Amino acid sequence: MPGGHELEPWIEPGHTYASVTDKISSAVLTRPLGIGWLLGFGFLFSIVMVLNLAIGWLFMKGVGIWGINIPIGWGFAIVNFVWWIGIGHAGTLISAILYLLNQKWRTSINRFAEAMTLFAVACAGLFPLIHTGRPWMAYYMFPYPSTMGIWPQFRSPLIWDVFAVSTYGTVSLLFWFVGLLPDLATLRDRAKQRWQQVIFGMLSMGWRGSARHWHRYQVAYLLLAGLATPLVLSVHTVVSFDFATGIVPGWHTTIFPPYFVAGAIYSGFAMVLTLAIPMRKAYGMEGFITLRHLEQMAKVMLATGLIVAYGYFIEFFMAFYSGNKFDVFLAKQRLHGPYAPFYYALILCNILTPQLLWFKKVRRNIPALFVMSLIINIGMWLERFVIVVISLTRDFMPSAWGRYSATVWDYATFVGTLGLFTMLIFLFVRGLPAIAISEMRELVHQESHGDEGHQ
Amino acid sequence: MSERRSLLFGVMGEFSTPEDLLAATKKAREAGYKHIEAYTPFPIEGLSDAVGFRGFRSNLVALLTLVGGVGGGLTGFGLQYWVAAIAYPINIGGRPLNSWPAFIPVTFELTVLGASIFAVFSMLALNKLPQPYHPVFNVERFSHASTDKFFLCIEARDAKFDLVESSKFLQSLHAQHVNEVKDEE
Repeated sequence: MPGGHELEPWIEPGHTYASVTDKISSAVLTRPLGIGWLLGFGFLFSIVMVLNLAIGWLFMKGVGIWGINIPIGWGFAIVNFVWWIGIGHAGTLISAILYLLNQKWRTSINRFAEAMTLFAVACAGLFPLIHTGRPWMAYYMFPYPSTMGIWPQFRSPLIWDVFAVSTYGTVSLLFWFVGLLPDLATLRDRAKQRWQQVIFGMLSMGWRGSARHWHRYQVAYLLLAGLATPLVLSVHTVVSFDFATGIVPGWHTTIFPPYFVAGAIYSGFAMVLTLAIPMRKAYGMEGFITLRHLEQMAKVMLATGLIVAYGYFIEFFMAFYSGNKFDVFLAKQRLHGPYAPFYYALILCNILTPQLLWFKKVRRNIPALFVMSLIINIGMWLERFVIVVISLTRDFMPSAWGRYSATVWDYATFVGTLGLFTMLIFLFVRGLPAIAISEMRELVHQESHGDEGHQ
Repeated sequence: MSERRSLLFGVMGEFSTPEDLLAATKKAREAGYKHIEAYTPFPIEGLSDAVGFRGFRSNLVALLTLVGGVGGGLTGFGLQYWVAAIAYPINIGGRPLNSWPAFIPVTFELTVLGASIFAVFSMLALNKLPQPYHPVFNVERFSHASTDKFFLCIEARDAKFDLVESSKFLQSLHAQHVNEVKDEE
């Protein structure tokens, strides 16, 4: 549009410090538990029981209940691990990188994106743990002075993974808690019931919001954002090293780190949209998470989706350009092998469908965005499936080829983690402020800068 | 029944906008008050400077974060070197025992971990948190400090403090409510 056209504000006009505080804190403090929430929670809880059952049976029987067998030792467990950890990355991107870039639109989505990160990392961490076969020995992976006198092998990317994922989980938790601290104090001060005052009083640690408090808080927050930024890039890089440092065709490629990171952010933004769209509706948060926010996230999805598409292209190009016959064969297997339908579905979900996001009409159409976010999540899961399964079933020698199909326990575990993740989100939106209140007040201040007095 | 002794912590004025508070804080400093503190529902640019929080002390969190990061990184590399070259040397594909490029990812992760932990816990420790009790919480209106009001407290330990004079001074700065802040002992 030629000439200046006003951009919509990041927050519905007319909000004051008190009104944003009221609106967000009431979802935690005063809103009664609705029938919808209770039914949803009950349903999700039953799915978590399915997860318990699947893991209990696994502990009794061993990993043989899954569809994995040599040559495919990495089935669903690794596919799901990479998928979940990738989803977490958008939370850190929103909270850290967009903070460093001074993007105002992160403000109303960062809190629950960070919660999403934590829960996704928890689901992700579960998979390698139960995939070890003897999860009660998982502490072997950490360096500790054992009576056996042995130590971890630090030249292995799998050990890098242990450090990367556990650091990522810890730092995400710290970042989330620091962000929550002033909001917990707000809840403490607004709580009417004694038990709420006690719980939020303890969690907020006596935060007073003094100028000195805020000064140190902002220094710590900025530094955490600066530290989390390279961290989040390193985590999926290290995850991609699990593949890329191996010699298996289709894995041994230098494009993996950047394209894994882009894919992680791609799927993470899709998941943020999947969660944000129902949440803003259910809690009347449309004034905070505006259409412009959704559009912005759609743009990030489009951009990262194109990087992912570039990654797919380079994988193919390098396979043929290298002339390595195993790589060429693997590339052809993706197109014509037994798992070709997965590959075509992946291209459809991850490359073709998201091109609709070029159109502003689609980016501002909420149902379309919601459907697209689901499609991208499925596509990103298929991507990891294609990477893990096709390479492992078609490596160098035809005598080592195989087929992989998941069992009911594989599906039960995966669906179980989906239930666990969503159940934690359900608890989170009722137990803690889903939007950063103090940052929203700051946004009100910035947006109304120059206006006459406001409450 | 022993009567609880009440000590005076200071006087507190309430303001409606961050601009008013910032202006009042600056005037209080100009008037010679040293022990003042402002309380706000969100961070306000320039306020910590206005209450006199500047210099080395205000940069301590950043310095300690650096210490944590350097410490984490040295620990990470030292651990791997010691494990791989001294405690448990194994020949992996003929590579040197100190195969340092392979140690970079863990070194990096522990650098970030050390720095982050130091950033958060030094912020909390220097802010003296957790601290469940503080005299300012005795002011009833203070619950608005985490919602929509801005407070300036002149503390009784200030050499220039005088209950009547300081209260008048806050009123002259257009504070809406001026309250005594009681401390219990």
